[in-house]
Amino acid sequence: MIDIQSVTKRYGGKAVVDAVSFSVPEGSIAVLVGTSGSGKTTLLRMINQLVSQDEGAILIGGEDTRGIPGHELRRRIGYAIQGHGLFPHRTVAENIATVPRLLKWERSRIDAKVAELLTLFQLDPALYADRYPHQLSGGQQQRVGVARALAAEPKILLMDEPFGALDPVLRGTAQDELLAIQKRFGTTIVIVTHDINEAFHLGDTIAVMDKGKLLQYGHPIDLLKTPATPFVEGLVGTFDRPFRLLSLGTIASVVEPGDAPGEPIGIDKTQQEALAALMWAGAQVLPVTAEDGAKLGRVRLETLLGQAIRPQ
Amino acid sequence: MKFWPLIPRLILLSLLIAFLVSPESFEFLFKPLVQANAPAIYNQGSLASLTLLHVRMVFFATCAATIVAVALAILVTRPFGAEFLPLARTVVNIGQTFPPVAVLALAVPAMGFGNGPTLVALFLYALLPVFENTMTALTTVPRAISDAAKGNGMTALQTFWQVELPLSLPMIVGGIKISTVIGFGTATIGSTVAAKTLGEVIIAGLNSNNLAFILQGALLVAALAILVFDLLSMLERSLMKWKAA
Ligand SMILES: Nc1ncnc2c1ncn2[C@@H]1O[C@H](COP(=O)(O)OP(=O)(O)OP(=O)(O)O)[C@@H](O)[C@H]1O
Ligand SMILES: [Mg+2]
Repeated sequence: MIDIQSVTKRYGGKAVVDAVSFSVPEGSIAVLVGTSGSGKTTLLRMINQLVSQDEGAILIGGEDTRGIPGHELRRRIGYAIQGHGLFPHRTVAENIATVPRLLKWERSRIDAKVAELLTLFQLDPALYADRYPHQLSGGQQQRVGVARALAAEPKILLMDEPFGALDPVLRGTAQDELLAIQKRFGTTIVIVTHDINEAFHLGDTIAVMDKGKLLQYGHPIDLLKTPATPFVEGLVGTFDRPFRLLSLGTIASVVEPGDAPGEPIGIDKTQQEALAALMWAGAQVLPVTAEDGAKLGRVRLETLLGQAIRPQ
Repeated sequence: MKFWPLIPRLILLSLLIAFLVSPESFEFLFKPLVQANAPAIYNQGSLASLTLLHVRMVFFATCAATIVAVALAILVTRPFGAEFLPLARTVVNIGQTFPPVAVLALAVPAMGFGNGPTLVALFLYALLPVFENTMTALTTVPRAISDAAKGNGMTALQTFWQVELPLSLPMIVGGIKISTVIGFGTATIGSTVAAKTLGEVIIAGLNSNNLAFILQGALLVAALAILVFDLLSMLERSLMKWKAA
Protein backbone atom coordinates (compact mmCIF):
# COMPACT_ATOMS: atom_id res chain seq x y z
CA MET A 1 0.00 0.00 0.00
CA ILE A 2 1.33 3.39 -1.05
CA ASP A 3 -0.35 6.27 0.68
CA ILE A 4 0.25 9.70 -0.80
CA GLN A 5 -1.02 12.35 1.56
CA SER A 6 -1.46 15.87 0.31
CA VAL A 7 1.99 16.02 -1.23
CA THR A 8 3.35 19.26 -2.68
CA LYS A 9 6.61 19.97 -4.46
CA ARG A 10 7.68 23.45 -5.50
CA TYR A 11 10.41 24.50 -7.88
CA GLY A 12 11.21 28.21 -7.79
CA GLY A 13 8.02 28.98 -5.87
CA LYS A 14 5.82 27.21 -8.42
CA ALA A 15 4.03 24.06 -7.30
CA VAL A 16 4.75 21.38 -9.91
CA VAL A 17 2.94 18.82 -7.75
CA ASP A 18 0.13 20.50 -5.87
CA ALA A 19 -1.49 18.89 -2.81
CA VAL A 20 -1.88 15.49 -4.43
CA SER A 21 -3.46 12.68 -2.41
CA PHE A 22 -4.28 9.14 -3.39
CA SER A 23 -3.45 5.64 -2.32
CA VAL A 24 -2.46 2.58 -4.28
CA PRO A 25 -3.73 -0.66 -2.75
CA GLU A 26 -1.20 -3.46 -2.26
CA GLY A 27 -0.77 -5.65 -5.32
CA SER A 28 -2.52 -3.29 -7.71
CA ILE A 29 -1.43 -1.15 -10.64
CA ALA A 30 -1.95 2.61 -10.63
CA VAL A 31 -1.35 4.48 -13.86
CA LEU A 32 -0.37 8.16 -13.95
CA VAL A 33 -1.45 9.98 -17.08
CA GLY A 34 -1.41 13.66 -18.01
CA THR A 35 0.14 16.26 -20.25
CA SER A 36 3.86 16.75 -20.55
CA GLY A 37 5.16 18.74 -17.59
CA SER A 38 2.13 17.99 -15.42
CA GLY A 39 4.33 16.60 -12.64
CA LYS A 40 4.05 12.84 -13.18
CA THR A 41 7.79 12.13 -13.01
CA THR A 42 8.20 14.43 -10.02
CA LEU A 43 5.39 12.65 -8.18
CA LEU A 44 6.85 9.24 -9.01
CA ARG A 45 10.30 10.30 -7.77
CA MET A 46 8.87 11.48 -4.49
CA ILE A 47 7.65 7.95 -3.79
CA ASN A 48 11.25 6.68 -3.69
CA GLN A 49 12.55 9.96 -2.27
CA LEU A 50 14.73 10.84 -5.25
CA VAL A 51 12.86 14.10 -4.81
CA SER A 52 11.76 15.13 -1.36
CA GLN A 53 8.38 16.76 -0.99
CA ASP A 54 7.96 20.23 0.49
CA GLU A 55 4.68 19.35 2.15
CA GLY A 56 2.69 16.23 2.91
CA ALA A 57 3.79 12.68 3.55
CA ILE A 58 4.15 9.42 1.66
CA LEU A 59 3.60 6.20 3.57
CA ILE A 60 4.63 2.79 2.32
CA GLY A 61 3.02 -0.02 4.28
CA GLY A 62 2.20 2.59 6.89
CA GLU A 63 5.82 3.74 7.24
CA ASP A 64 6.77 7.33 6.45
CA THR A 65 9.35 7.23 3.62
CA ARG A 66 11.34 10.05 5.16
CA GLY A 67 12.13 7.82 8.13
CA ILE A 68 13.99 5.31 5.93
CA PRO A 69 17.54 5.98 4.66
CA GLY A 70 17.16 6.91 0.98
CA HIS A 71 19.39 4.21 -0.49
CA GLU A 72 17.73 1.47 1.55
CA LEU A 73 14.28 2.63 0.50
CA ARG A 74 15.36 2.64 -3.14
CA ARG A 75 16.79 -0.88 -2.99
CA ARG A 76 13.34 -2.06 -1.98
CA ILE A 77 11.59 -0.15 -4.76
CA GLY A 78 12.26 -0.98 -8.39
CA TYR A 79 12.63 2.11 -10.56
CA ALA A 80 12.56 2.11 -14.35
CA ILE A 81 13.72 5.63 -15.13
CA GLN A 82 12.27 7.67 -18.02
CA GLY A 83 14.61 7.05 -21.00
CA HIS A 84 16.19 3.89 -19.45
CA GLY A 85 19.36 5.48 -17.88
CA LEU A 86 21.49 2.37 -18.39
CA PHE A 87 25.13 2.51 -17.28
CA PRO A 88 27.07 2.78 -20.56
CA HIS A 89 30.25 1.22 -19.12
CA ARG A 90 28.50 -1.89 -17.87
CA THR A 91 27.21 -4.79 -19.91
CA VAL A 92 23.54 -5.67 -20.15
CA ALA A 93 24.00 -8.42 -17.56
CA GLU A 94 25.89 -6.12 -15.17
CA ASN A 95 23.25 -3.44 -15.57
CA ILE A 96 20.46 -5.84 -14.67
CA ALA A 97 22.50 -7.14 -11.72
CA THR A 98 22.83 -3.66 -10.17
CA VAL A 99 20.45 -3.97 -7.22
CA PRO A 100 21.08 -7.68 -6.49
CA ARG A 101 24.79 -6.82 -6.30
CA LEU A 102 24.12 -3.97 -3.90
CA LEU A 103 22.08 -6.39 -1.83
CA LYS A 104 25.03 -8.85 -1.95
CA TRP A 105 23.16 -11.73 -3.52
CA GLU A 106 25.16 -14.82 -4.34
CA ARG A 107 26.75 -14.92 -7.76
CA SER A 108 24.80 -17.95 -8.98
CA ARG A 109 21.49 -16.46 -7.90
CA ILE A 110 22.29 -13.21 -9.73
CA ASP A 111 23.26 -15.03 -12.92
CA ALA A 112 20.08 -17.07 -12.87
CA LYS A 113 17.97 -13.98 -12.32
CA VAL A 114 19.66 -12.09 -15.17
CA ALA A 115 19.12 -14.98 -17.58
CA GLU A 116 15.50 -15.34 -16.48
CA LEU A 117 14.73 -11.66 -17.02
CA LEU A 118 16.49 -11.47 -20.39
CA THR A 119 14.51 -14.43 -21.61
CA LEU A 120 11.29 -12.99 -20.24
CA PHE A 121 11.84 -9.81 -22.24
CA GLN A 122 12.75 -11.74 -25.38
CA LEU A 123 16.45 -10.94 -25.38
CA ASP A 124 18.50 -14.09 -25.91
CA PRO A 125 21.02 -14.17 -23.00
CA ALA A 126 23.69 -15.79 -25.19
CA LEU A 127 23.43 -12.87 -27.59
CA TYR A 128 22.76 -9.89 -25.36
CA ALA A 129 24.13 -10.51 -21.85
CA ASP A 130 27.65 -9.30 -22.68
CA ARG A 131 26.73 -6.41 -24.93
CA TYR A 132 27.09 -2.79 -23.91
CA PRO A 133 23.98 -0.59 -23.89
CA HIS A 134 25.05 1.38 -26.98
CA GLN A 135 24.97 -1.85 -28.96
CA LEU A 136 21.22 -2.22 -28.39
CA SER A 137 18.26 -0.62 -30.14
CA GLY A 138 16.17 1.92 -28.22
CA GLY A 139 13.48 -0.66 -27.54
CA GLN A 140 16.01 -3.22 -26.31
CA GLN A 141 17.61 -0.65 -24.01
CA GLN A 142 14.22 0.12 -22.57
CA ARG A 143 13.50 -3.54 -21.85
CA VAL A 144 16.87 -3.88 -20.12
CA GLY A 145 15.97 -0.81 -18.03
CA VAL A 146 12.74 -2.51 -16.96
CA ALA A 147 14.57 -5.79 -16.29
CA ARG A 148 17.02 -3.90 -14.04
CA ALA A 149 14.12 -2.45 -12.07
CA LEU A 150 12.66 -5.93 -11.60
CA ALA A 151 15.88 -7.76 -10.75
CA ALA A 152 15.65 -7.76 -6.96
CA GLU A 153 11.97 -8.78 -7.03
CA PRO A 154 10.81 -5.57 -5.37
CA LYS A 155 7.40 -5.39 -3.73
CA ILE A 156 6.95 -1.95 -5.26
CA LEU A 157 7.79 -0.94 -8.79
CA LEU A 158 7.87 2.59 -10.21
CA MET A 159 7.97 2.85 -13.97
CA ASP A 160 8.30 6.05 -15.97
CA GLU A 161 7.08 5.56 -19.55
CA PRO A 162 8.77 2.14 -19.66
CA PHE A 163 7.43 0.99 -23.01
CA GLY A 164 7.47 4.26 -24.96
CA ALA A 165 10.15 3.11 -27.39
CA LEU A 166 8.63 -0.30 -28.18
CA ASP A 167 6.72 -1.14 -31.35
CA PRO A 168 3.02 -1.98 -30.82
CA VAL A 169 3.56 -5.75 -30.95
CA LEU A 170 6.46 -5.77 -28.47
CA ARG A 171 4.65 -3.26 -26.30
CA GLY A 172 1.67 -5.59 -26.10
CA THR A 173 3.90 -8.53 -25.10
CA ALA A 174 5.82 -6.42 -22.60
CA GLN A 175 2.57 -5.27 -21.01
CA ASP A 176 1.36 -8.84 -20.72
CA GLU A 177 4.71 -9.91 -19.21
CA LEU A 178 4.39 -7.11 -16.71
CA LEU A 179 0.87 -8.19 -15.79
CA ALA A 180 2.09 -11.78 -15.39
CA ILE A 181 4.97 -10.71 -13.14
CA GLN A 182 2.64 -8.51 -11.16
CA LYS A 183 0.25 -11.43 -10.60
CA ARG A 184 3.05 -13.82 -9.67
CA PHE A 185 4.76 -11.58 -7.11
CA GLY A 186 1.83 -9.42 -6.06
CA THR A 187 3.86 -6.34 -6.92
CA THR A 188 2.39 -2.90 -6.35
CA ILE A 189 3.09 -0.84 -9.45
CA VAL A 190 2.90 2.86 -10.23
CA ILE A 191 3.43 3.47 -13.90
CA VAL A 192 3.54 6.68 -15.96
CA THR A 193 2.37 6.59 -19.54
CA HIS A 194 1.24 8.86 -22.37
CA ASP A 195 -0.63 6.00 -24.00
CA ILE A 196 -4.24 6.04 -22.82
CA ASN A 197 -4.82 2.54 -24.22
CA GLU A 198 -1.94 1.29 -22.09
CA ALA A 199 -3.49 3.05 -19.10
CA PHE A 200 -6.78 1.24 -19.59
CA HIS A 201 -5.07 -2.07 -20.33
CA LEU A 202 -2.80 -2.05 -17.25
CA GLY A 203 -4.48 0.13 -14.69
CA ASP A 204 -6.54 -1.06 -11.77
CA THR A 205 -6.74 2.65 -11.06
CA ILE A 206 -5.85 5.69 -13.13
CA ALA A 207 -4.67 9.07 -11.85
CA VAL A 208 -5.10 12.00 -14.22
CA MET A 209 -2.78 14.95 -13.65
CA ASP A 210 -2.76 18.42 -15.14
CA LYS A 211 -0.49 21.33 -14.17
CA GLY A 212 0.53 19.66 -10.92
CA LYS A 213 -3.01 18.93 -9.78
CA LEU A 214 -4.66 15.54 -9.52
CA LEU A 215 -7.86 15.95 -11.51
CA GLN A 216 -9.28 12.50 -10.91
CA TYR A 217 -8.27 9.22 -9.40
CA GLY A 218 -10.36 6.12 -9.76
CA HIS A 219 -11.10 2.89 -11.56
CA PRO A 220 -10.94 3.11 -15.34
CA ILE A 221 -14.71 2.73 -15.52
CA ASP A 222 -15.21 5.75 -13.24
CA LEU A 223 -13.20 7.89 -15.63
CA LEU A 224 -15.53 6.86 -18.44
CA LYS A 225 -18.71 7.07 -16.37
CA THR A 226 -18.13 10.33 -14.58
CA PRO A 227 -15.16 12.26 -15.89
CA ALA A 228 -14.36 14.91 -13.28
CA THR A 229 -13.48 17.63 -15.77
CA PRO A 230 -13.67 18.25 -19.52
CA PHE A 231 -9.92 17.59 -19.56
CA VAL A 232 -10.43 14.05 -18.27
CA GLU A 233 -13.29 13.53 -20.69
CA GLY A 234 -11.08 14.62 -23.58
CA LEU A 235 -8.25 12.43 -22.39
CA VAL A 236 -10.27 9.21 -22.21
CA GLY A 237 -11.66 10.04 -25.63
CA THR A 238 -15.21 10.87 -26.51
CA PHE A 239 -15.73 9.02 -29.77
CA ASP A 240 -14.18 5.71 -28.72
CA ARG A 241 -15.39 5.53 -25.14
CA PRO A 242 -18.03 2.82 -25.81
CA PHE A 243 -15.24 0.61 -27.12
CA ARG A 244 -13.02 1.49 -24.19
CA LEU A 245 -15.85 0.56 -21.87
CA LEU A 246 -16.16 -2.83 -23.55
CA SER A 247 -12.40 -3.32 -23.27
CA LEU A 248 -12.70 -3.28 -19.47
CA GLY A 249 -14.75 -6.49 -19.16
CA THR A 250 -14.29 -10.04 -20.39
CA ILE A 251 -17.10 -11.94 -22.09
CA ALA A 252 -17.43 -14.25 -19.11
CA SER A 253 -20.14 -11.91 -17.77
CA VAL A 254 -22.19 -11.82 -21.00
CA VAL A 255 -21.97 -15.40 -22.17
CA GLU A 256 -25.33 -17.17 -22.38
CA PRO A 257 -26.34 -20.81 -22.83
CA GLY A 258 -26.86 -22.12 -26.30
CA ASP A 259 -24.95 -22.84 -29.46
CA ALA A 260 -24.12 -20.89 -32.59
CA PRO A 261 -22.35 -21.45 -35.88
CA GLY A 262 -19.05 -19.78 -36.75
CA GLU A 263 -15.52 -19.22 -35.45
CA PRO A 264 -15.57 -19.55 -31.63
CA ILE A 265 -14.31 -16.80 -29.29
CA GLY A 266 -12.18 -17.60 -26.24
CA ILE A 267 -13.77 -16.92 -22.85
CA ASP A 268 -10.74 -14.84 -21.76
CA LYS A 269 -11.26 -12.28 -24.55
CA THR A 270 -12.51 -8.78 -23.71
CA GLN A 271 -15.98 -7.68 -24.75
CA GLN A 272 -14.31 -5.28 -27.17
CA GLU A 273 -12.51 -8.15 -28.88
CA ALA A 274 -15.76 -10.16 -29.03
CA LEU A 275 -17.58 -7.22 -30.60
CA ALA A 276 -14.85 -6.88 -33.19
CA ALA A 277 -15.07 -10.61 -33.99
CA LEU A 278 -18.87 -10.42 -34.40
CA MET A 279 -18.68 -7.32 -36.60
CA TRP A 280 -15.91 -8.80 -38.73
CA ALA A 281 -17.83 -12.08 -39.20
CA GLY A 282 -21.06 -10.18 -39.95
CA ALA A 283 -22.74 -12.42 -37.38
CA GLN A 284 -25.44 -11.75 -34.78
CA VAL A 285 -24.13 -14.49 -32.52
CA LEU A 286 -20.92 -16.53 -32.12
CA PRO A 287 -19.99 -19.54 -29.94
CA VAL A 288 -17.78 -19.14 -26.88
CA THR A 289 -15.23 -21.76 -25.86
CA ALA A 290 -12.94 -22.35 -22.90
CA GLU A 291 -9.17 -22.32 -23.24
CA ASP A 292 -9.16 -26.08 -23.85
CA GLY A 293 -11.74 -25.71 -26.64
CA ALA A 294 -14.74 -26.93 -24.62
CA LYS A 295 -18.05 -25.27 -25.58
CA LEU A 296 -19.32 -22.83 -22.97
CA GLY A 297 -22.20 -21.10 -24.75
CA ARG A 298 -22.60 -18.13 -27.04
CA VAL A 299 -22.39 -14.36 -27.12
CA ARG A 300 -24.86 -12.10 -28.94
CA LEU A 301 -24.07 -8.81 -30.70
CA GLU A 302 -27.14 -7.23 -29.13
CA THR A 303 -25.98 -8.06 -25.62
CA LEU A 304 -22.59 -6.49 -26.29
CA LEU A 305 -24.14 -3.34 -27.74
CA GLY A 306 -26.18 -3.12 -24.55
CA GLN A 307 -22.96 -3.25 -22.54
CA ALA A 308 -21.56 -0.28 -24.44
CA ILE A 309 -24.25 2.15 -23.31
CA ARG A 310 -23.08 4.92 -20.99
CA PRO A 311 -23.21 3.48 -17.46
CA GLN A 312 -25.40 5.28 -14.94
CA MET B 1 43.60 -2.27 -31.95
CA LYS B 2 45.04 -3.33 -35.25
CA PHE B 3 48.72 -4.10 -35.42
CA TRP B 4 49.89 -1.92 -38.30
CA PRO B 5 49.44 1.52 -36.67
CA LEU B 6 51.84 0.27 -34.00
CA ILE B 7 54.71 -0.18 -36.45
CA PRO B 8 55.91 3.46 -36.65
CA ARG B 9 55.88 3.63 -32.84
CA LEU B 10 57.83 0.41 -32.51
CA ILE B 11 60.38 1.72 -34.99
CA LEU B 12 60.66 4.98 -33.04
CA LEU B 13 61.06 3.07 -29.77
CA SER B 14 63.77 0.82 -31.23
CA LEU B 15 65.63 3.82 -32.63
CA LEU B 16 65.45 5.56 -29.25
CA ILE B 17 66.79 2.54 -27.39
CA ALA B 18 69.51 1.90 -29.96
CA PHE B 19 70.62 5.52 -29.82
CA LEU B 20 70.75 5.53 -26.02
CA VAL B 21 72.63 2.23 -25.82
CA SER B 22 75.20 3.15 -28.42
CA PRO B 23 75.13 6.79 -29.50
CA GLU B 24 78.46 6.40 -31.36
CA SER B 25 76.82 4.17 -33.96
CA PHE B 26 74.82 7.20 -35.07
CA GLU B 27 77.84 9.46 -35.37
CA PHE B 28 77.79 9.36 -39.17
CA LEU B 29 74.35 11.04 -39.14
CA PHE B 30 75.45 14.00 -37.03
CA LYS B 31 78.99 14.42 -38.45
CA PRO B 32 77.88 16.68 -41.34
CA LEU B 33 76.30 19.11 -38.84
CA VAL B 34 79.47 20.02 -36.95
CA GLN B 35 82.85 21.56 -37.76
CA ALA B 36 85.57 19.09 -38.50
CA ASN B 37 87.20 19.02 -35.06
CA ALA B 38 84.03 19.33 -32.90
CA PRO B 39 82.40 16.23 -31.29
CA ALA B 40 79.32 14.97 -33.18
CA ILE B 41 77.87 13.08 -30.21
CA TYR B 42 77.22 14.65 -26.81
CA ASN B 43 80.29 13.99 -24.70
CA GLN B 44 79.71 15.82 -21.42
CA GLY B 45 77.80 13.02 -19.74
CA SER B 46 75.71 9.95 -20.47
CA LEU B 47 72.70 10.57 -22.73
CA ALA B 48 71.02 7.49 -21.34
CA SER B 49 71.23 8.62 -17.73
CA LEU B 50 70.10 12.16 -18.61
CA THR B 51 67.12 10.65 -20.42
CA LEU B 52 66.21 8.55 -17.40
CA LEU B 53 66.54 11.56 -15.10
CA HIS B 54 64.37 13.60 -17.47
CA VAL B 55 61.66 10.94 -17.53
CA ARG B 56 61.86 10.49 -13.77
CA MET B 57 61.42 14.20 -13.14
CA VAL B 58 58.37 14.46 -15.43
CA PHE B 59 56.94 11.28 -13.95
CA PHE B 60 57.15 12.42 -10.31
CA ALA B 61 55.89 15.92 -11.03
CA THR B 62 52.94 14.65 -13.09
CA CYS B 63 52.03 11.98 -10.52
CA ALA B 64 52.01 14.51 -7.71
CA ALA B 65 50.01 16.98 -9.79
CA THR B 66 47.53 14.28 -10.81
CA ILE B 67 46.88 13.27 -7.22
CA VAL B 68 46.34 16.86 -6.13
CA ALA B 69 44.32 17.92 -9.18
CA VAL B 70 42.04 14.86 -9.19
CA ALA B 71 41.44 15.14 -5.45
CA LEU B 72 40.69 18.84 -5.81
CA ALA B 73 38.32 18.26 -8.74
CA ILE B 74 36.48 15.53 -6.81
CA LEU B 75 36.12 17.78 -3.78
CA VAL B 76 34.73 20.76 -5.65
CA THR B 77 32.25 18.64 -7.60
CA ARG B 78 30.71 17.20 -4.41
CA PRO B 79 27.69 19.05 -3.01
CA PHE B 80 29.62 20.12 0.09
CA GLY B 81 32.60 21.42 -1.90
CA ALA B 82 30.76 23.39 -4.55
CA GLU B 83 31.47 26.71 -2.91
CA PHE B 84 35.22 26.14 -3.31
CA LEU B 85 34.93 25.67 -7.05
CA PRO B 86 35.69 29.28 -8.06
CA LEU B 87 38.60 29.42 -5.61
CA ALA B 88 40.12 26.16 -6.84
CA ARG B 89 39.73 27.31 -10.44
CA THR B 90 41.54 30.57 -9.70
CA VAL B 91 44.40 28.91 -7.88
CA VAL B 92 44.95 26.37 -10.60
CA ASN B 93 44.69 29.00 -13.32
CA ILE B 94 47.30 31.19 -11.64
CA GLY B 95 49.68 28.24 -11.82
CA GLN B 96 49.18 28.24 -15.56
CA THR B 97 49.43 31.98 -16.26
CA PHE B 98 52.91 32.27 -14.70
CA PRO B 99 55.54 31.83 -17.42
CA PRO B 100 57.78 28.83 -16.64
CA VAL B 101 60.85 31.03 -16.52
CA ALA B 102 59.22 33.25 -13.91
CA VAL B 103 58.34 30.24 -11.78
CA LEU B 104 61.96 29.11 -11.94
CA ALA B 105 63.23 32.60 -11.16
CA LEU B 106 61.00 32.80 -8.10
CA ALA B 107 61.72 29.29 -6.90
CA VAL B 108 65.50 29.44 -7.14
CA PRO B 109 66.03 31.97 -4.30
CA ALA B 110 63.78 29.83 -2.10
CA MET B 111 65.03 26.39 -3.04
CA GLY B 112 68.44 26.95 -4.55
CA PHE B 113 69.72 25.56 -7.84
CA GLY B 114 69.06 21.97 -8.79
CA ASN B 115 65.98 19.83 -9.42
CA GLY B 116 63.68 21.50 -6.87
CA PRO B 117 62.55 24.61 -8.79
CA THR B 118 61.93 22.58 -11.93
CA LEU B 119 59.85 20.03 -10.07
CA VAL B 120 57.75 22.87 -8.68
CA ALA B 121 57.27 24.39 -12.13
CA LEU B 122 56.37 21.06 -13.70
CA PHE B 123 53.96 20.32 -10.88
CA LEU B 124 52.21 23.67 -11.30
CA TYR B 125 51.92 23.29 -15.06
CA ALA B 126 50.53 19.79 -14.80
CA LEU B 127 47.73 20.82 -12.42
CA LEU B 128 45.43 22.69 -14.77
CA PRO B 129 44.88 20.16 -17.59
CA VAL B 130 44.20 17.33 -15.14
CA PHE B 131 41.99 19.49 -12.94
CA GLU B 132 39.96 20.87 -15.86
CA ASN B 133 39.49 17.50 -17.49
CA THR B 134 38.54 15.76 -14.27
CA MET B 135 36.07 18.46 -13.40
CA THR B 136 34.53 18.51 -16.85
CA ALA B 137 34.25 14.73 -16.87
CA LEU B 138 32.65 14.54 -13.43
CA THR B 139 30.17 17.34 -14.12
CA THR B 140 29.10 16.03 -17.52
CA VAL B 141 28.10 12.51 -16.47
CA PRO B 142 24.59 12.44 -17.96
CA ARG B 143 21.93 13.26 -15.40
CA ALA B 144 19.88 10.19 -16.34
CA ILE B 145 22.82 7.93 -15.51
CA SER B 146 23.66 9.33 -12.09
CA ASP B 147 19.92 9.44 -11.42
CA ALA B 148 19.59 5.79 -12.33
CA ALA B 149 22.46 4.96 -9.98
CA LYS B 150 20.76 6.73 -7.11
CA GLY B 151 17.35 5.42 -8.12
CA ASN B 152 18.67 1.87 -7.96
CA GLY B 153 19.79 2.29 -4.39
CA MET B 154 23.43 3.30 -4.68
CA THR B 155 24.78 5.55 -1.96
CA ALA B 156 26.60 8.73 -2.98
CA LEU B 157 29.90 6.93 -2.49
CA GLN B 158 28.83 3.91 -4.54
CA THR B 159 27.55 6.18 -7.30
CA PHE B 160 30.94 7.89 -7.36
CA TRP B 161 33.11 4.75 -7.42
CA GLN B 162 30.92 2.56 -9.58
CA VAL B 163 29.52 5.05 -12.06
CA GLU B 164 30.90 8.58 -12.07
CA LEU B 165 34.59 7.74 -11.76
CA PRO B 166 34.72 4.91 -14.34
CA LEU B 167 32.84 7.09 -16.81
CA SER B 168 35.27 9.96 -16.18
CA LEU B 169 38.54 8.01 -16.29
CA PRO B 170 39.17 8.29 -20.04
CA MET B 171 38.92 12.07 -19.88
CA ILE B 172 41.11 12.20 -16.75
CA VAL B 173 43.79 10.21 -18.58
CA GLY B 174 43.38 12.69 -21.44
CA GLY B 175 44.30 15.48 -19.02
CA ILE B 176 47.30 13.54 -17.71
CA LYS B 177 48.40 13.06 -21.31
CA ILE B 178 48.38 16.81 -22.00
CA SER B 179 50.22 17.49 -18.72
CA THR B 180 52.90 14.93 -19.49
CA VAL B 181 53.61 16.26 -22.94
CA ILE B 182 53.83 19.83 -21.61
CA GLY B 183 56.08 18.49 -18.86
CA PHE B 184 58.59 16.91 -21.24
CA GLY B 185 59.07 20.25 -22.97
CA THR B 186 59.10 22.37 -19.83
CA ALA B 187 61.64 20.13 -18.08
CA THR B 188 64.30 21.10 -20.64
CA ILE B 189 64.11 24.72 -19.45
CA GLY B 190 64.92 23.45 -15.97
CA SER B 191 68.50 22.92 -17.02
CA THR B 192 68.98 26.71 -16.99
CA VAL B 193 68.82 26.40 -13.19
CA ALA B 194 70.93 23.25 -13.04
CA ALA B 195 68.22 20.61 -13.14
CA LYS B 196 69.52 17.29 -14.44
CA THR B 197 67.47 16.91 -17.65
CA LEU B 198 68.01 16.63 -21.37
CA GLY B 199 67.98 20.44 -21.41
CA GLU B 200 71.68 20.14 -20.49
CA VAL B 201 72.40 18.68 -23.90
CA ILE B 202 70.60 21.51 -25.68
CA ILE B 203 72.26 24.18 -23.54
CA ALA B 204 75.67 22.62 -24.12
CA GLY B 205 74.94 22.77 -27.85
CA LEU B 206 73.92 26.42 -27.65
CA ASN B 207 77.00 27.36 -25.63
CA SER B 208 79.48 25.64 -27.95
CA ASN B 209 77.50 26.42 -31.12
CA ASN B 210 77.13 22.66 -31.72
CA LEU B 211 74.06 21.97 -33.86
CA ALA B 212 74.41 18.19 -33.37
CA PHE B 213 74.07 18.50 -29.57
CA ILE B 214 70.99 20.73 -29.88
CA LEU B 215 69.42 18.28 -32.28
CA GLN B 216 70.20 15.25 -30.09
CA GLY B 217 68.61 16.86 -27.05
CA ALA B 218 65.58 18.05 -28.96
CA LEU B 219 65.02 14.77 -30.78
CA LEU B 220 65.24 12.74 -27.58
CA VAL B 221 62.69 14.98 -25.83
CA ALA B 222 60.39 14.81 -28.86
CA ALA B 223 60.67 11.01 -29.13
CA LEU B 224 59.88 10.59 -25.42
CA ALA B 225 56.88 12.90 -25.65
CA ILE B 226 55.50 11.06 -28.68
CA LEU B 227 55.94 7.62 -27.14
CA VAL B 228 54.42 8.54 -23.79
CA PHE B 229 51.56 10.28 -25.59
CA ASP B 230 50.88 7.10 -27.53
CA LEU B 231 51.09 4.94 -24.44
CA LEU B 232 48.57 7.10 -22.59
CA SER B 233 46.33 7.21 -25.65
CA MET B 234 46.27 3.43 -25.62
CA LEU B 235 45.36 3.45 -21.94
CA GLU B 236 42.63 5.99 -22.68
CA ARG B 237 41.18 3.78 -25.39
CA SER B 238 41.27 0.67 -23.25
CA LEU B 239 39.32 2.52 -20.57
CA MET B 240 36.70 3.32 -23.18
CA LYS B 241 36.32 -0.15 -24.60
CA TRP B 242 32.65 -0.04 -23.68
CA LYS B 243 32.23 2.76 -26.19
CA ALA B 244 34.23 1.29 -29.04
CA ALA B 245 33.23 -2.34 -28.57
N1 LIG C 1 14.77 19.63 -10.79
C1 LIG C 1 13.87 20.52 -11.28
N2 LIG C 1 14.08 21.85 -11.16
C2 LIG C 1 13.19 22.74 -11.63
N3 LIG C 1 12.06 22.40 -12.26
C3 LIG C 1 11.79 21.10 -12.42
C4 LIG C 1 12.67 20.09 -11.94
N4 LIG C 1 12.16 18.87 -12.25
C5 LIG C 1 10.99 19.13 -12.89
N5 LIG C 1 10.77 20.45 -12.99
C6 LIG C 1 9.58 21.07 -13.60
O1 LIG C 1 8.45 20.51 -13.01
C7 LIG C 1 7.43 20.31 -13.97
C8 LIG C 1 6.97 18.87 -13.94
O2 LIG C 1 8.03 18.04 -14.44
P1 LIG C 1 7.86 16.47 -14.57
O3 LIG C 1 9.15 15.94 -15.06
O4 LIG C 1 7.35 15.93 -13.30
O5 LIG C 1 6.76 16.36 -15.72
P2 LIG C 1 6.16 15.07 -16.41
O6 LIG C 1 4.70 15.08 -16.14
O7 LIG C 1 6.90 13.86 -16.03
O8 LIG C 1 6.39 15.40 -17.96
P3 LIG C 1 6.76 14.41 -19.17
O9 LIG C 1 5.48 13.75 -19.57
O10 LIG C 1 7.22 15.35 -20.24
O11 LIG C 1 7.81 13.48 -18.73
C9 LIG C 1 8.00 20.77 -15.30
O12 LIG C 1 7.52 22.05 -15.57
C10 LIG C 1 9.48 20.77 -15.07
O13 LIG C 1 10.08 21.75 -15.85
MG1 LIG D 1 8.16 12.55 -17.06
